[in-house]
Amino acid sequence: MSPSRLSLRHILAVTFVAASLAAPAYADSLQDASKLLKQGQNKQALEQVDSYLAGRPKDASGRFLRGVILTEMNRTSEAIGIFIKLTEDYPDLPEPYNNLAVIYAQQKQYDKAKSALEAAIRTHPSYATAHENLGDIYARMASQAYDKALQLDSSNKTAQTKLSMIHDLMTVSSRGTEKPVSPPVVVAVAPVPAPAPISKPISPPPAVVAMAPTPTPAPVAAKPVEPIVKPKPEPAPASTASNDQDEVARTLSAWADAWSRKNASAYLSYYASDFKTPGGVSRSAWAEERKKRVTKPGAINVTIEGARVTPEGDKVVVRFRQHYKSASLSSSANKTLLMIRQNGQWKILQERIGG
Amino acid sequence: MSILQQLRPVRQLRRHAATLAFLVCSGSAALAAPARVSDIGPEPQLAGTLAAISQGDFTKALQQVDALIAAFPNFRLAYLIRGDLLLAQTKPLTSFGEGGKNELAKVADLHDEAVARLRALQEKPQGTALQRYLLQMEKEQKFAIVIDTRKSRLYLYKNDAGTPRFVADYYVTQGKLGAAKTAEGDKRTPIGVYHVTSSLSRKTLGDFYGSGAYPINYPNEWDRRMGRKDHGIWLHGTPSNTYSRPPKASDGCVVLANLDLDAIAGDLQIGLTPVIISDSIEWLSHDDWQAERSALLAMIDSWREDWESRDIGKYASHYSGQFLADGINTQQWIEQKRKVNASKNWIKVDVRNISMFRNPGKEEYVVVTFEQDYKSNNLSNATKKRQYWAKEDGHWKIIYEGTL
Repeated sequence: MSPSRLSLRHILAVTFVAASLAAPAYADSLQDASKLLKQGQNKQALEQVDSYLAGRPKDASGRFLRGVILTEMNRTSEAIGIFIKLTEDYPDLPEPYNNLAVIYAQQKQYDKAKSALEAAIRTHPSYATAHENLGDIYARMASQAYDKALQLDSSNKTAQTKLSMIHDLMTVSSRGTEKPVSPPVVVAVAPVPAPAPISKPISPPPAVVAMAPTPTPAPVAAKPVEPIVKPKPEPAPASTASNDQDEVARTLSAWADAWSRKNASAYLSYYASDFKTPGGVSRSAWAEERKKRVTKPGAINVTIEGARVTPEGDKVVVRFRQHYKSASLSSSANKTLLMIRQNGQWKILQERIGG
Repeated sequence: MSILQQLRPVRQLRRHAATLAFLVCSGSAALAAPARVSDIGPEPQLAGTLAAISQGDFTKALQQVDALIAAFPNFRLAYLIRGDLLLAQTKPLTSFGEGGKNELAKVADLHDEAVARLRALQEKPQGTALQRYLLQMEKEQKFAIVIDTRKSRLYLYKNDAGTPRFVADYYVTQGKLGAAKTAEGDKRTPIGVYHVTSSLSRKTLGDFYGSGAYPINYPNEWDRRMGRKDHGIWLHGTPSNTYSRPPKASDGCVVLANLDLDAIAGDLQIGLTPVIISDSIEWLSHDDWQAERSALLAMIDSWREDWESRDIGKYASHYSGQFLADGINTQQWIEQKRKVNASKNWIKVDVRNISMFRNPGKEEYVVVTFEQDYKSNNLSNATKKRQYWAKEDGHWKIIYEGTL
C-alpha cells in the first residue's frame, strides 16, 4: 500500500491590512522579516520580527510570522505555543489553527492536527487550505489504520514528508475589528456559494487574496479602494452582457477542462498576461508552481458548479463552486475569478478562494 | 453538526456505507437485536459503527470505531473500518478495505470476520428452542459448549437443573480449510461430541496460544472407528498482537479472543465439560427435545434391565454388529458376557448421572456417559462408563462401551 503523496499546505505570514495601513513602517519591517525567512536567513528573520514585536508585543501578524520562523528553526514547542496563543486571542483566524495542524502532523499527532484543522474550517468553512490539509491528515490517519488492520510494516515508507511552512496570513475573508454577522453556513452540498460575509473592515480591504506565499503588498493608496467582492450577492443582470456571459462560461469550462486534462500550457493560457499572482510572486515562479501542481501524478478532475457572472466595468467577476478531485484530495470551495478580455479572449486577471 | 458533514464527505460516506452495507443483511435488524448482559463482545459497537456510516454520520461513526479500538486493542477489523472511514474523507471508496488493495487476502479475511460477527449479532439464540445436541447434562456438568463452525461462533450453555440455558456466545476461528477433519494435517476442525481433557496454562505455552489452551478428546471413539486421524485439537487463545484471528485460520483448533477465553475458562471442567462442534446447529422445540431424550433414556434403562435379567439374547439385542471396544468385537463381547453370566445368581445394575450428547450432522450417534453401580452374588463394583449409541435401521444400538 502506498500512501498518497502527502504534502501539507501552509500559510505564509501576512500583514494585517489594517495594521499595514496604520503603520506602514512596521509593516515594512515585517515584510523584511518575511523576506529573510524566505532566503533561509532564519536567525536574522527572527531578530527582525523580534524587534518588530518589541514595540507591539500583541501584534498578530508579527506573532504569526514569529511562529513560522520558529517552526523553520525546529523550535517546534515554542512555535506551538505561539500558534495556540494566537488561536486563543483570535479564534476567528484560521491560519494559526492551520499551522498548528501542520506542526502536529509533522509530529504524527494526527488527531490533534485534525482537531486544529476542523477549528480552522469552523472559522472559515470555505477555507481551501484547511480542507486540503484535512484531506491529507485523513489520508495519513487512514494509512495508519490500514497498517494496523493489515499488519503492514510502514516503517520504511513513512519518510517524513517535507513540509514547507506558509509564511503569509492570508485574508480569507473579512478581517478586522468586526466579526462576521454570522458564520456562513454551508447547507449540505448546496451549489450556491456561501454569501460573502458582510462585515465592514475599518478601512476597505485590498481585494487581493493570495493563494500562496508572500505578503500582499500593502496598498499605498490611502484612498479607499473599491472592494471587488460586493457585499450583496445579486443575481447576474440579464442585460446586454449576455453574450459576455456565455463566452465567460465557455472559457471557464475550458479552463477547468484543461486543468482536468492536466494540460499545463493550455491551463496557463487562460491567465492574463498581467495576472495578479498570489502574493505578488513573479509570474514565472507562479507558473512553475502551478505547472508542478497541475501535472502531478494521478488523475485530476475539476468541475464547476453554479457559476454567476457579474460585470465590473470592462471586467467580470465570476463566482462559482469548484469541485476538485485528485488522487490525494477532494475538495469543494467557493472561488472568485476576476476576468478581463484580452485579444478577444476572456482571461483570468485574479483568482481567489472564497466568494 | 460539524461542517464536515455538510460538505463533500457526506456523499462519499454514503457511498462508503453502501460498500459496507452488504455486511449486514439488514442494518436495522442488527440494531434491533436486544442488548443483554452477555453482549460483552465487540459486535454491538461494530453494528453501531456501520449504522452510523449508513446514516452518513461520519463524526459518530469515527467516535464509535475509536471506542471499539479503545475497548478491544489490536482489533484489526476496527482499524480497517477506521481506515475506510478516514479514506472516504479524501476520495470516493469503491470497496471494503479500499486502502488494503495490496493485501487482498487479509482484507478478505477481515471482511469475513465482519460478516460472521454481524450475522451472529442478528442471529443470537432467542426464545426457548433447544439445541438438539445437548440431550442431557448431568448435575456435575455446570456448562456445555456448542460450536457452530458455519457461523464461526461458540455458544455457552448453563446447566439449569438438566435443561441447557443459553448464556453467551463468542466469535471463534476454525481450521484454514474449514470443518470436518478426517486426516492428519488437513487443516480442518473436527465435527463431533468431545470433552475438555486438560488445561494448559499460559506459562507453558507460547504467545501464539494466548491466555491458555484446553485440549479436547479428538479423535473420539467414533472418529477412530471412521479412521479419522490427527491429534492436538485444542480450544485456545490468541497471540498478543491481535484481538482476534480470521474465521478460518487455524490448523484445526478452535481459537477464541483472549478476553473470551478468559470469560469461559472458569466454566470449563476438565473431563466433564462437553464441547460439541457442529457445522450446522439443529434446534428442537422443548417438547421434541423432551421426547428425544425420553426415548433414549428408555433405551438405556431397557439395556440395564436386560443386563439384570441375565437373558443374553435380550442383552445382545442392544449391541450393534459393528460393536468394537479395545479390539473386542460384537461376538467376543457377547460371548464373554455369556460366560460371566453363567456364574451369576443375580445381577443388580444401577445407572446414575447420565449425560447424553448427540453428534451433529448426518452421522447419528449419541455419546452417553454415566456412573454404574454393579452388584452381583460374587462381584460388585462402581465405574464411570461411556457408551456410543448409533442409529441402525431406525434403532439405537451400542457400538462402543468402555470405562473412563
